[in-house]
Amino acid sequence: MNNYDIVVVGGGSAGLAAAIEANKNGIEKVLLIERDIELGGILLQCIHNGFGLKVFKEELTGPEYAERFVNELKDMGIEFKLNTLVTKINPDKTVEYANAEEGFIQIQAKAIILTMGCYERSAGAINIPGNRPSGILTAGTAQKYLNIDGYLVGKRVFILGSGDIGLIMARRMTLEGAKVLGVAELQPYSGGLTRNIVQCLEDYDIPLYLSHTVSKIVGDSKLEKIVVSKVDGFTPIPGTEMEFEVDALLLSIGLIPENGLSEAAGILIDNRTKGAIVNESYETSVEGIFACGNVLHVHDLVDFVTAESRRAGVAAAKYIKNELIKGKSFETKPLKGINYIVPNKVNIDNLDDKLELFMRVDAVYKDVVINVYGDGTLIKTMKKKHLAPAEMESVKLKVSEISNIKDCIEIEVLV
Amino acid sequence: MKKSMICIVCPIGCHLEVESSSDEFVVTGNQCKRGPVYAQKELTSPTRPITSTVKIENAIYNRLPIKTSGEVPKAKIMDVMKEINKLSFKAPIKCGDVLLKNVLNTGVDIIASRSL
Repeated sequence: MNNYDIVVVGGGSAGLAAAIEANKNGIEKVLLIERDIELGGILLQCIHNGFGLKVFKEELTGPEYAERFVNELKDMGIEFKLNTLVTKINPDKTVEYANAEEGFIQIQAKAIILTMGCYERSAGAINIPGNRPSGILTAGTAQKYLNIDGYLVGKRVFILGSGDIGLIMARRMTLEGAKVLGVAELQPYSGGLTRNIVQCLEDYDIPLYLSHTVSKIVGDSKLEKIVVSKVDGFTPIPGTEMEFEVDALLLSIGLIPENGLSEAAGILIDNRTKGAIVNESYETSVEGIFACGNVLHVHDLVDFVTAESRRAGVAAAKYIKNELIKGKSFETKPLKGINYIVPNKVNIDNLDDKLELFMRVDAVYKDVVINVYGDGTLIKTMKKKHLAPAEMESVKLKVSEISNIKDCIEIEVLV
Repeated sequence: MKKSMICIVCPIGCHLEVESSSDEFVVTGNQCKRGPVYAQKELTSPTRPITSTVKIENAIYNRLPIKTSGEVPKAKIMDVMKEINKLSFKAPIKCGDVLLKNVLNTGVDIIASRSL
């Protein structure tokens, strides 16, 4: 059985950054495993720009951003396997994978970094009444067809859900000659970045129907028509129906961390993030297995994925070098207004000089205050003009501010 | 004139307040110096970058992603797309290769955004 110090599962933005950073921190035997025919992950189909402003201080497209990391990884001589599917990860840190050349193989790692990313919620998740014709796809699938393979999946398109991929695809399909008739969002606010509402919808006069959903699908073998209704909460309101003749319906209704392998390895999952429960070092509930990027929680910017994955790569390297300190930790708890906080646990002995907590709010807020409590005492207050679930927030705390905390840090939005 | 707008220069999306008169623009709410520049340009002559794909042969995929080297006037986006869709290349192409110079006299080039 081959032995590695660190095995990284998934060669997208998270896996690339984690593998590179672990290697830079003195770990020689790193293996990156990717199931696709090349490294880079979903960035390769995200041909739009807006990537890299934080990491490279310039604006890149997805493929450009990926290529820089792929080149760096190759220049460093880090071993990687393509066309290779990890089939099982075990708590003893053996990894089973399969590919056409080697067959079924088991290897032993000292540490594992999980970077499998996320998957799109699909039609089956939302039970739209009506038929099940062809022409209903997730926005990411339509994006791959268009940007990688060159197929436009429809000429008259409607988009359900205002997640960023849906908004990006509204513009992309318009540029390629399709008519995008509208975007319906169940919530009273958009699920995507405001920037994308402006430059993908408003620029092309594509209407955004907030508090609306697709209430019926019509069509035998092919999609012919959809009915869109205003909703009261989740329930369509009778009498508000609008009909759209369409040949494609794209779904941009959420992303879910891809944790099948993690759960099979016995790793505990956070109900809120759908990612692993991790500590300040991005180590999961199974010692020596780390998680970062969209497999941990869904990010809105790849730059944040890279930053997080670099921290996880450094931490995994420390683990190999026996530099991670075991011991007492306190928890992080979301209170009113906060949907989740990552990481879930903090051992202050493993922090350099500061702790950065990442979180999402549960609704849109204007002119509010975020309060941070340590063991029930207010330790930090931040004024916020605008908070939205689509935009990840963070709190930086100096070690000196949190050195006395025993039980928990709690965060709330004060209206 | 007072106007609220969202800066789209980067994904942060600052909420800008613009107060403009005939001789000056006063912008607040921006987190960086690109905000005021964007606001003024957006209200006078809006431009956008374009990203798309072009045909490529002898590569692992059929499409090569491209971008414009700079921003083109918003009104010319569809015309530039027509020019982009006329292009066809054979691999190998390097990321950054100029595929078409000065598209429709905009002063902007079409550039490969990956190696293929």
